[in-house]
Amino acid sequence: MKDYGPLTLHVPEPAVRPGGTPDFSNVKIPKAGAVPRPDVDVEPETIRDLAFSIIRVLNRAGEAVGPWAGLLSDEELIEGMRNMMTLRTFDARMLIAQRQGKTSFYMQHLGEEAISCAFRKALAPGDMNFPTYRQAGLLIAGGYSMVDMMCQVYSNSRDPLKGRQLPVMYSSKEHGFFTISGNLATQYVQAVGWAMASAIRNDTKIAAAWIGDGSTAESDFHAALVFASTYKAPVILNIVNNQWAISTFQGIARGGAGTFAARGLGFGIPSLRVDGNDYLAVYAVAKWAAERARRNLGPTLVEYVTYRVGAHSTSDDPSAYRPKTESDAWPLGDPIMRLKSHLILRGAWSEERHKQAEAEILDTVIAAQKEAESYGTLHAGAKPSAREIFDGVYAEMPPHLRRQRQQAGV
Amino acid sequence: MARMTMIEAIRDAMDVMMARDERVVVFGEDVGYFGGVFRCTAGLQQKYGKTRCFDAPISESGIVGTAIGMASYGLLPCIEIQFADYMYPAYDQIVSEAARLRYRSNGEFTCPMVIRMPTGGGIFGGQTHSQSPEALFTHVSGLKTVVPSNPRDAKGLLIAAIEDPDPVIFLEPKRLYNGPFDGHHDRPVTPWSKHDLSEVPTGHFNLPLGKASILREGAALTVLAYGTMVYVAQAAVEETGIDAEIIDLRTLIPLDLETIAASVRKTGRCVVVHEATLTSGFGAELAALVQENCFFHLEAPVARVTGWDTPYPHAQEWDYFPGSARVGRALVETMEA
Repeated sequence: MKDYGPLTLHVPEPAVRPGGTPDFSNVKIPKAGAVPRPDVDVEPETIRDLAFSIIRVLNRAGEAVGPWAGLLSDEELIEGMRNMMTLRTFDARMLIAQRQGKTSFYMQHLGEEAISCAFRKALAPGDMNFPTYRQAGLLIAGGYSMVDMMCQVYSNSRDPLKGRQLPVMYSSKEHGFFTISGNLATQYVQAVGWAMASAIRNDTKIAAAWIGDGSTAESDFHAALVFASTYKAPVILNIVNNQWAISTFQGIARGGAGTFAARGLGFGIPSLRVDGNDYLAVYAVAKWAAERARRNLGPTLVEYVTYRVGAHSTSDDPSAYRPKTESDAWPLGDPIMRLKSHLILRGAWSEERHKQAEAEILDTVIAAQKEAESYGTLHAGAKPSAREIFDGVYAEMPPHLRRQRQQAGV
Repeated sequence: MARMTMIEAIRDAMDVMMARDERVVVFGEDVGYFGGVFRCTAGLQQKYGKTRCFDAPISESGIVGTAIGMASYGLLPCIEIQFADYMYPAYDQIVSEAARLRYRSNGEFTCPMVIRMPTGGGIFGGQTHSQSPEALFTHVSGLKTVVPSNPRDAKGLLIAAIEDPDPVIFLEPKRLYNGPFDGHHDRPVTPWSKHDLSEVPTGHFNLPLGKASILREGAALTVLAYGTMVYVAQAAVEETGIDAEIIDLRTLIPLDLETIAASVRKTGRCVVVHEATLTSGFGAELAALVQENCFFHLEAPVARVTGWDTPYPHAQEWDYFPGSARVGRALVETMEA
């Protein structure tokens, strides 16, 4: 036995902890425009390298370059800009509202705004997203009422979910936004089933599944990939790699062993990696994947490389596990700043217009917040009826719930 | 009317519903081409095509998870978990998702699906082909749980389950697939064809969920049972000569408390029988409900005859399975108490 030393357990560690100097030298960033754009009916095995690169459109100078550029008009980009700014402002206001005790909980999107906002624009009416709790841009960019969103966050008398759900667990069938669950990854496989249903019914609608880097470790991630691949379901399988799962760096989900996108390759699913802070690149890739799904060519896996700038939630303090300045060092920058410089370069935007838009958006969000608060907040004002506890468990209330409602006296 | 085994009745229910409603889809492990390891889906793929009845990868969570997605789209999936013992990988999807879609989305998304699972012991299935996990479902708000005990009920209840707008767990006692079983493993099994309840209406026919059936009327004592245990109880009643009323619950949630309470108020005594383990089993709920609703009518403590609080053993099958001798003893003791 002398040939063998004692075995040791490997536990990955992030390169830097609080107090250290942020270091992203391990993140290889290809030049914008460097990754080719294959035809949508490409044989998956011929584009395996796309799972290991990063599709980028905006270069350092703010120019849109390469084969994935040129899809969006000035107006569409300005709309995208405003949507991202709205989401960021919405987040900031709700964060303050939580700190003021107007609700129990909130989760921001800081740094990830481009992903859900741009992706939403690649879908058609009737398509269905199966989001996580960090894709509210799908609602903002889809034109859902901010007042209704806030009413949900406040669990007030106008909360569309009647106070039953934690803040940010929105639901809107009409806006293609599946009801959010607290249980991670469950919706990933449901999206595949929804897409299978669309195919079974010979419909033209497609589904989009969403998951974070940490949750790819859940077994439903793997179930989703095998079902999507087996039945060639018309689904876009999105992975938002923001480097962090609460306090856990992506290496604990075994990021760094290849890429998250590369996990699709073993299932024969075309897999792309994209700059998640590049609005144009996100849109272009989403459009490509949607086109594949709609042409009945099957699923596409997309990894969005981004960084979670904010705390995980209002219950989290990231300075306990990562350097405070880590987000400043993130090599892919800020999605709003990058689109801003591109639009200015295009002559479609200016510092003044940006400031003006910021002010307008803040006014709109504050007006929505005032309206939402007129329907109550978690601890003050009007609230959903206690009867709502018992409604909606079943289509028809069974006798035992009827008895319990009577006992509750509501 | 046609004579059917429980397998044929279950297959007929799916056949009827697939013909009637294009939204009904059937899938699971070995369910498609092969027709299921218990033959419950035999011929359905041939008749309705591969997109209506198909084989699934071996992933219970994937089967239930995709079915939830399909149900939320607007299909009516009737899916199979090969053995109830293997539903655990799908438990998160069942409990956290299927059961709660309607509630958490305030009715925007619903989950009209049926999860069929062969359940129960008495077949030398050992630890992972014999379990009765119904209490793990009845404890979950938003689920309905059904356990038929004969071909007629199996068809009527399965059609009702497929038509129900909420997720239904449909537990099929596999020991009853080919004939009734009263626990007397030493005697030859009688096939369903010799039994009245194998007369099944042809075509569309459903039975209401939440309604128990009185298998035998009696005045001395009430037996609450479901699945295989209704026949065991019947044997115990015959062997002891006690004039017991046997109630086949058929649906555990919603529960037919009215029928139960009326019977116990009449008899003053109650014995609860199930194959599942004792502690925190569905029998505990039944005993508590009887105590709450019939306290002043009770003349003896409510007794429970169940599987022991152990994993289901192999060699000791008949020492584990609550047979008619054990049930009979409880009947006698309850009469004497």
